[in-house]
Amino acid sequence: MTQSVHPVPPDTFLWEEMLPGGCHWSGLMRRGTALRIADTGGRANLSALFVRADEKLERYNMPDTLKAQHTAMLTRGHALYSDMGRVMCSITADTRGWHDTIGGVSTDAGILARHGAAPYQTHRNTMHRSAEDGLLIELGKYGLGVRDLMANVNFFSKVTVAGDGTLHYVPDHGAANDWLDLRFDMDVIAVFSAAPHALDTRADYAPGDVVLTAWHSGPADAADACRNACPENQRGFYRTDLLYR
Amino acid sequence: MTTFNLVESKLTPDTAVYDQVLPAGEGWLHPIRAGQTFRILDLEGNQAVDTLFYSADDFTERYSATETLKQDALYLTAGSRLVSSRGREMLTITADTCGRHDTLGGACSAESNTVRYALDKRPMHSCRDTFLKCLWQYEGGHARERRAVGAFTKRDITANINFFMNVPVTPEGGLEFADGVSAPGKYVEMRAAMDVLCLISNCPQLNNPCNAYNPTPVRLLIWD
Ligand SMILES: [Zn+2]
Repeated sequence: MTQSVHPVPPDTFLWEEMLPGGCHWSGLMRRGTALRIADTGGRANLSALFVRADEKLERYNMPDTLKAQHTAMLTRGHALYSDMGRVMCSITADTRGWHDTIGGVSTDAGILARHGAAPYQTHRNTMHRSAEDGLLIELGKYGLGVRDLMANVNFFSKVTVAGDGTLHYVPDHGAANDWLDLRFDMDVIAVFSAAPHALDTRADYAPGDVVLTAWHSGPADAADACRNACPENQRGFYRTDLLYR
Repeated sequence: MTTFNLVESKLTPDTAVYDQVLPAGEGWLHPIRAGQTFRILDLEGNQAVDTLFYSADDFTERYSATETLKQDALYLTAGSRLVSSRGREMLTITADTCGRHDTLGGACSAESNTVRYALDKRPMHSCRDTFLKCLWQYEGGHARERRAVGAFTKRDITANINFFMNVPVTPEGGLEFADGVSAPGKYVEMRAAMDVLCLISNCPQLNNPCNAYNPTPVRLLIWD
């Protein structure tokens, strides 16, 4: 497949793959490579988990990511931390501006309650799938399971918190062809599901497609914007660099 | 000004079947049976009580911060259901004189302390170290619980509740560790809907001003 969506410089291009809405994907992403992740239709949700490739007990940690950067959402300049005080990957570009960290995953029971039954027998590959199902299937390919289903990131989705603490999903948050660049700062297994967000209130089951374009970005240099976004990230990137000396 | 829905308990300590003080920096792993009521009392105020729950029957079912958030609001208080990774109610908060508890902030660890505060903070005691120590030290409970605990590892330490912690999120998506809203004598009480194992680290964090750099003991009580 040749690159088609938001092209990267040809000399850095590695591969491109379309992840249809509702489907799941995983792969090894090495330090110094990046994914340009595009929401081609404007209503995609990409539920994501990250596991260190050579030590699967080290994985994306929502609380440490939020605490280190004093944020409840993710966008350009933010790092995604592991539970060992290291940066697994970081967002170096972003046209959407808000990615959800607290909404969790849609479940089979939730999708059934909202959209009714649509099994493979009658719907083939347009069957209704949940994000939890997709993530667990991909985790299973590495010997991982329900104990590894941590609080995840939902790229492209927006959930706000009102002053009284109530959560609000924002259904019209997206525009077609929004994209972000996710640079991998460690050797990481990325686990994705493009099924709907757990709090998506829209009546139709119509999760959007996601296009993944992999390229060589190189690791974060001394002047990197994510590294220098705050003193916490400088220390987090320093600790990450120690792994690769 | 946020108003909290404060609910007092009718239970008194003299009828409790379990009553123990847990000093700061200590861990606690203890069963709570379905139908029992569990109280955490903040003896000196603004202490963070990092807490996880596991189903006593199947430890792969555990407290889930995101499943809990899906059904309630961001902050936990009286009426909040604590929901498992399988979408089931584990416990419900039945009384709360503090008014707000955090389920986003997670536990401190030696490694995250180096990121949040300074590279030389790694030797300081942390909640994740306490959690890990609890998992191999536990000897109480029934045989099925001991089996479950023997199988616990760091793999099973997920995003936890911080009772008495105040971690507000702004409408713009900012997050801060605000001054505590707890005080000496405030408590939170919850009734178990299933047999659970409760894992607590009474936080030893010395770098965060929200506890005035002074971790303090809590009192743990259980009623049948
Ligand atoms: Zn702690």
